[in-house]
Amino acid sequence: MTESPFVRVLLRVGTWLVLGFLYLPLVILAVYAFNESRALAWPPPGLTLHWFGEAAANPAVRAAFLNSIIAGSAATAIALVLGTLASLAVQRFAFFGRDTIAFALVLPIALPGVITGIALQTTFKTMGLNFGLMTIIIGHATFCVVIAYNNVVARLRRLPRTPEEASADLGADSWMTFRHITLPGMGTALLSGGLLSFALSFDEIIVTLFTAGAGTQTIPIWIFASIQRPTELPVVNVVALVLLLLSVIPVYLAQRIAGETAGVTR
Amino acid sequence: MTAPPGTPLAGQPDSDPARRAPAVTLEHLVKRFGEVDAVSGVDLEIRDGEFFSMLGPSGSGKTTTLRMIAGFETPTEGRILLHGKDVTGVPPFDRDVNTVFQDYALFPHMTVGQNVAYGLMVRRTPAAELASRTDDALRMVQLEGYEKRRPAQLSGGQRQRVALARALVNRPRVLLLDEPLGALDLKLREEMQIELKEIQGQVGITFIYVTHDQDEALVMSDRIAVFNRGLIEQVGTPADVYEHPLTTFVASFVGTSNLLSAAAARDILGMDGTFTVRPEKIRIGAPEDSVATDEHSALGRIREVVYLGADTRYIVALDAGGELIVTQQNLQASSMEALAAQGRVVRLIWQRQHVLALKGGTTTSGEAEGAET
Repeated sequence: MTESPFVRVLLRVGTWLVLGFLYLPLVILAVYAFNESRALAWPPPGLTLHWFGEAAANPAVRAAFLNSIIAGSAATAIALVLGTLASLAVQRFAFFGRDTIAFALVLPIALPGVITGIALQTTFKTMGLNFGLMTIIIGHATFCVVIAYNNVVARLRRLPRTPEEASADLGADSWMTFRHITLPGMGTALLSGGLLSFALSFDEIIVTLFTAGAGTQTIPIWIFASIQRPTELPVVNVVALVLLLLSVIPVYLAQRIAGETAGVTR
Repeated sequence: MTAPPGTPLAGQPDSDPARRAPAVTLEHLVKRFGEVDAVSGVDLEIRDGEFFSMLGPSGSGKTTTLRMIAGFETPTEGRILLHGKDVTGVPPFDRDVNTVFQDYALFPHMTVGQNVAYGLMVRRTPAAELASRTDDALRMVQLEGYEKRRPAQLSGGQRQRVALARALVNRPRVLLLDEPLGALDLKLREEMQIELKEIQGQVGITFIYVTHDQDEALVMSDRIAVFNRGLIEQVGTPADVYEHPLTTFVASFVGTSNLLSAAAARDILGMDGTFTVRPEKIRIGAPEDSVATDEHSALGRIREVVYLGADTRYIVALDAGGELIVTQQNLQASSMEALAAQGRVVRLIWQRQHVLALKGGTTTSGEAEGAET
């Protein structure tokens, strides 16, 4: 309010610098997706949609894309079911060690991905599981559960209890109350939690590296593997742009849906 | 404190003989939350078809008692009988009672029609019957044509009516109401009081009504139980509770507390104990006015005059110690005349029969008969 003009200018410049710092690389990436040339040169000599067609026709990209969709959907589905059950248990029932369990449920989000990855890999090996899409799904579900749990638990905390009591009072048993009252009340929290889970799974790389095995690629893994091959570079740019959009849009939607809800942040 | 016996204390001749089992029987009901006694031994019989109020300040145990009848809380000790059948361990959805909640607890994602039909829907009532009973219930609360609205589109009074219809549509034998009018403004509250009473007459079922508002309890109830600190202090008709309060608490909670105790009681009444005189039973006279043999009187000075429109309230500091409040209707007096009385020395006069002895506080025996004719 009382800053001098100098301070005001400084703050404005600083803000633009930060925004530029955050978004300039993304803009450059997006522009290069339309680059006519195979080489990185600024400014690009011309713009084309050619590489989009090339990417869509690439069998490895298509397989990786399908894997990412399957892994994201399956991990999200598992996370929503388990996260909802856990949040109901923690939020709706009092039991010994409840606070500890509530803490233990969110702790994995703070674990380094490398730790989660190597722990899962060791476990899968011990159990003799074949590495592939299934192990990726399990790996992704571990952190997606936390997201789903956080979203649902935040909602349950805000939902008044009396509609559930009213439902029981009107003759509905626990299951009917859950289905007709609690679940609709959690609806948007589930939706935003699901979108965030999916976005998180879709661009996950560390845990995936440890749990994917040799034959299975997701989109981020494909990018990571292809970036070293100069011939693939234009296609990598296109795929990266698509990945960017597919991860940002669900997060944006989730934020819109959840509104002021806390707990949507990862 | 000891629990007064739960059976009606006032000895009112029973106009509703025991040909039916009581709607609700509470036998030594106790509810403990951790170390705290919310309800510490309530015995009560609520008759079939009566409008029964549980009156008390917040934390007196009235709402917890209601929630135990509904089945939302399990009693720590004691039994609950509905129409003679023990339901102490029965979950809410298997009890033949319905509740109107203080915050209405409407289902926000359903329309008004779906809210009202909910109880019928979960009990798999045939579609035609469901529709006609829902319509009937909405008509009863004057909300025809609102079926398609959402609760968020309704006013507070309309939400209240939806909550009522949603409970009544199930035709429970007992309806529980937990301060249902608490969130409404005064005018609407008074309208709803009359309407609720009319609806109860129409459907003829037992209403159990929790409130902290003494006027509401007096206006609506057939009988009132006054709760204090987890116990019932008195059960009786509104007239009983108001005119013959048994304890200091009841006298002060129901109506204005006008207590005479210790020195004032000895000087003015010639008796030891705690006594009460209702403010409207006292008249204000000049100091030299004569006093009849069946009357008491006390000298004092009018400390404050509160003009209330239809009535004026005088707060009189007694020479013998303490204060009495006197209310008088402004039949002739203008506000100017009433306010001019401030500071005047007066003699307060009332009939001996209107003095009531109270239990609790510093009373000794506290038998009301001494003061009654």
